[in-house]
Amino acid sequence: MNPLIDNLGLVLEALGTTLMMAVVAGVGSILLGVLVTVARVSPIRALRVAAFGYVQFFINVPLLALLLLAVFALPDAGLMLPLTPTAIIVLIVYEAAYVAEAVRSGVNTVAVGQLEASRALGLTLAQSLRLVVLPQALRAVVQPIGNVMIALAMNTALAAAVGVVELTAAVNKINLVAAQPILIFSSAGVIYMGIALVIGLAAGRVERKVAIVR
Amino acid sequence: MTAQLIPDRPTAVRRQDRAPRYAAAFLYDEPGPLAKRRHLIGSIVSCVVFAIVVGLGLWQFASHGQLDAEKWVPFTDPAVWQYLFVGLLGTLEATVVVAVLGAALGVVLAFGRMSHRPWVRGLSGAYIEIARTVPVLLVIYLMLFGLPQIGINVPTLWKLAIPLIIANSAVFAEIIRAGVLSLPRGQREAALSLGMRSTQATRLVVLPQAVRNVTPSLVTQLVSLMKDTSLGFIVAFTELLYRGQVLATYLHLLIPTYLVVTLIYLVVNGSLSALAAHLQQRLHRTGSPMPRLPRLPALSGAARKAS
Repeated sequence: MNPLIDNLGLVLEALGTTLMMAVVAGVGSILLGVLVTVARVSPIRALRVAAFGYVQFFINVPLLALLLLAVFALPDAGLMLPLTPTAIIVLIVYEAAYVAEAVRSGVNTVAVGQLEASRALGLTLAQSLRLVVLPQALRAVVQPIGNVMIALAMNTALAAAVGVVELTAAVNKINLVAAQPILIFSSAGVIYMGIALVIGLAAGRVERKVAIVR
Repeated sequence: MTAQLIPDRPTAVRRQDRAPRYAAAFLYDEPGPLAKRRHLIGSIVSCVVFAIVVGLGLWQFASHGQLDAEKWVPFTDPAVWQYLFVGLLGTLEATVVVAVLGAALGVVLAFGRMSHRPWVRGLSGAYIEIARTVPVLLVIYLMLFGLPQIGINVPTLWKLAIPLIIANSAVFAEIIRAGVLSLPRGQREAALSLGMRSTQATRLVVLPQAVRNVTPSLVTQLVSLMKDTSLGFIVAFTELLYRGQVLATYLHLLIPTYLVVTLIYLVVNGSLSALAAHLQQRLHRTGSPMPRLPRLPALSGAARKAS
């Protein structure tokens, strides 16, 4: 008998936490990532440099180090939130850098003529970003953003290392009692693959729906 | 000039640049006096906002005594740096092991996925898809608890390296496959028509060009791999983050230690990322089949005026 089924309540609750973290962090990182990309095309040099620095910082620093810093070290400086929100915030700022890189590659696929045309029509910078550049850029990067979201769903597992009781932590706890590691961790792996599959299929669907027919 | 709207790294527009590589210039006209004033105000406002945010952070740290000199004095001691340096060596060791074995396995998997034998193709494809969608932490737990149960015990390095090799070989395989698919078919056909065997054509013609085309992605993946070695923290492998944690507990200095460790990661990985960007630029300069864009009238006009 699979111990995960015997502890179905705990597993479902932990799966709920994993999914909640993935969804909240996913939406948050996409919003923040698009903002960072907008800062990277702004005419103000300070904003461009800051956005570049932001992306470089989070792409070069391990998520686990950031989680440890936020969960264990920052309370020393009086910055303390409950555990799960802290982990979600760290995931948002970390994955937003990857979303920003994906959106940037999308912006680079927008033809220069589109911009010249929008400028020729007299659109302001904000208008041409909002009405011309971002719609085309985001359509081009549905699949890459889907990949970032899959990576994010996998990365929620790291929250287990700082004590958030999500799926990986829960199955680890069950394993400590049941001691059937191969069966338990493989089953958990199948659940994660299911999550990744759903995100991948959803990204494919969205991409077909919004793709520009040229 | 490349057609990138957002360059890999921000480049300054120097007045004497004949063809400024300031690609975002496609987005707006040469600023007039009014726009220049607006940009100046925007710059000042954003700088002030950044200063306020940083100031608030520092004030928060200082009010809890985190900026006191005695909190940072230990980091002037060479012994502390030596302790962390040993950790960094462990990180690099794990990175090299995973990179070499993962890349080798990745090449095999990439060609497996493009094989003409359906079962090889199916098997490689299934492995790649599974390995890419299971968290590394879960595989590490499986190694930690599963292997001793069936009587296998591996050294600590391999408890970290094997899960990372499993995950990264799949990513390397996809990158290399993308490189092979980006080559014109004629390359392989020409090699075959010269009388090379299929393996020779792959080894001597296809693979070198494919790898060269995807070098920036490979280096980027190397950075991500090196970040993942911080999972050694969980298997108690002597790497940078693990040593940082031990040091933080020993010194009772959590914030300074973790900040220093983060900074070391930033410096080491940042240089790797800069290398990737440099390689990418060189690729753009030399090997790009893209036609050169005609210079924009507005820009060339401005350049002429300035020169």
